[in-house]
Amino acid sequence: MAARKLNLKERYSLLTRDLDWEYSYRDKKEIFPYEDFEGIKITDWSKWEDPFRLTMDAYWKYQAEKEKKLYAIFDAFAQNNGQQNVTDARYVNAIKVFLTGVSPLEYQAYSGYAHVGRQFSGVGARTACQMQSIDELRHVQTQVHAMSHYNKFFDGFQDFSHMHDRVWYLSVPKSFFDDARSAGPFEFMVAISFSFEYVLTNLLFVPFMSGAAYNGDMATVTFGFSAQSDEARHMTLGLEVIKFLLEQHPDNVPIVQRWIDKWFWRGTRLLAIVAMMMDYMLPNRVMSWKEAWEVYFEEAGGALFKDLARYGIEMPKYAATAIAEKDHISHQAWSIFYNYGHAAAFHTWMPGEKEMDWLSEKYPDTFDKFYRPRFEHWREKEQAGERFYNPTLPMLCNTCQIPMGFTEMDDPSLIAYRQSVYKGERYNFCSDGCKDIFDHEPEKYVQSWLPVHQIYQGNCGGADIEKVLSEYYRINMGRDNLDFHGSPDEARWNEWHNLQSAEDRLKKAG
Amino acid sequence: MSKVYMALQDNEEAHYLVEALEEDNPDVTVDYQPAMIRIENEDRLVLKRETVEEKMGRDWDLQSLHVNLVTIGGNVDETDDEFTLSWN
Amino acid sequence: MAVAAITPDYTGERLDRVENFHGNIVVYIGWDRHLMFCSPIAFAMPPDTTFGKLQDEMIAGAYSQHPDFARIDWGQVSWLLNGEPFTPDREATLEAQGVDHKSIIRMQTPGLEGIGGSHS
Repeated sequence: MAARKLNLKERYSLLTRDLDWEYSYRDKKEIFPYEDFEGIKITDWSKWEDPFRLTMDAYWKYQAEKEKKLYAIFDAFAQNNGQQNVTDARYVNAIKVFLTGVSPLEYQAYSGYAHVGRQFSGVGARTACQMQSIDELRHVQTQVHAMSHYNKFFDGFQDFSHMHDRVWYLSVPKSFFDDARSAGPFEFMVAISFSFEYVLTNLLFVPFMSGAAYNGDMATVTFGFSAQSDEARHMTLGLEVIKFLLEQHPDNVPIVQRWIDKWFWRGTRLLAIVAMMMDYMLPNRVMSWKEAWEVYFEEAGGALFKDLARYGIEMPKYAATAIAEKDHISHQAWSIFYNYGHAAAFHTWMPGEKEMDWLSEKYPDTFDKFYRPRFEHWREKEQAGERFYNPTLPMLCNTCQIPMGFTEMDDPSLIAYRQSVYKGERYNFCSDGCKDIFDHEPEKYVQSWLPVHQIYQGNCGGADIEKVLSEYYRINMGRDNLDFHGSPDEARWNEWHNLQSAEDRLKKAG
Repeated sequence: MSKVYMALQDNEEAHYLVEALEEDNPDVTVDYQPAMIRIENEDRLVLKRETVEEKMGRDWDLQSLHVNLVTIGGNVDETDDEFTLSWN
Repeated sequence: MAVAAITPDYTGERLDRVENFHGNIVVYIGWDRHLMFCSPIAFAMPPDTTFGKLQDEMIAGAYSQHPDFARIDWGQVSWLLNGEPFTPDREATLEAQGVDHKSIIRMQTPGLEGIGGSHS
């Protein structure tokens, strides 16, 4: 008699859930020590529904197939000098931001999911998290490979890992994920699987990947599509986890709401750099940040929170502020990086006339009133050989760690200042959202490693700022930093394309 | 009533998947976007292995959908024969 | 609660306590409605720095690139210290007039509207 073949449901059960066992000789709370301290109550893990039924053999098989397809395209890109086909060299600065700011977060995610993938007593949750952990490791690897080819031709990619741990603007993404990973397992899932990978993911992925597609960056586009299929699993995990927690016990609802409020706000602040990338760093623009926010948060997020209302969950606390800020945030973020362009490992520049007109059109209520005058002033200064650089160090928000460049939404010409006094010491914030996060868990955020304060404490080397930038941050001065105009990146780009034209001229003559 | 959706990479294999989805879900809407195909339906969307195999003219493993998938919306149910998205 | 943690009564190391700054305090300065400077700035300086020195050296060094700076009538400037109205004494030290570690000083120059009146 031939052996009966198992169907998918049976295979999945036997190879995942049924590998778990009843712990008979140690206390369950010893084995899973992190499940209670956050106040979350799980009454019945068997209610966890597996988002996908992938067994490890299927996982390896299909991931391997994706990898073969992906690396074939990376090879073709490199062989065909794809780096010369981007719209112009300014675009490449967008992916410098990605490699130094976002790729290390994939590595943090790998680590975070590996941790929670051990800490949940529910086997279904452990399985899903372990697979996501491997997905995230794949993402950092494939991103590094996608961008490594650019490293041969453009400045600023070479020390992404070192810079992520030290450079002032990179403490923003780093502290975001450090916060999530040092939280308990349930907060980690609400922070990353739900708030980041479900609610806000399209506001990270679509801008970078569409930006790549619109600007001739085949390597990044291909990485994006290859990762997207993993992201589909991650999104369903995020949705599953939130519904599971809310259905398990009514006591979970206020805890989850607080986490949603916090991580929506931290995520929104983190996305300011993506906003500026969309509006300022793409020679061919996809859409404005404002438009992306309206589609991916206000519409999509609106529908989601309507769905969650039946559990007693509300829209995130400062959603209204974030919505008002959509008209300002990208311009403010670009102003920060323009101010401190000498201290960044990527180039900045003033938009050209057509680009300013696009910004005026996309931001009819704010661009001409608040931002165009300063940009025109800066352009004049640059043309006169006096390109503006801010000679000071900025004040940073204690929670999000961004320079305090955000303004009051009822008076957008006034910087927003918030302060708390805790155990006799002052702490400063850019917003109510960031202040609330500190006030709820001050013992966590008194530990913020704020780059400007660390420099003043003498922990970043250098008798002067030049030394901090060149030795501690390892920015190649005069190459990685300063304005795009006059940079070696620009000079190389011009050389390649003039060379092409010279050849064409020769061909036409012959 | 909420729409369920599936977005696929726009490549050779996906075209057969779209044909199968259109056959098994008559009211489905298919939107061709840059490099991506977005398929939406009211409440429920089912991809059947048998239909795909009939269109492709060869055996096809339902789980290899993962290679072409961009994103989905809806609760997933997977068997060896059908991949279903639905909202409660 | 002070933090959700698995150890009871968890306290974190305060990385920015004043002792870590080698005798200096951190003071933040902001020039209201002059957003060409993207954010307020951070200085580390001895607490016995006089306000006069702060104004003449640090503030001037930070802001003199702005076209409005030369037009400031210092007699008309209003100041805030940690959000409250403040009348600085140029001769006195920061310490003596309540400017402590991680305080914010804001400078307000009504009538000076920034680049093209945009408050930049």
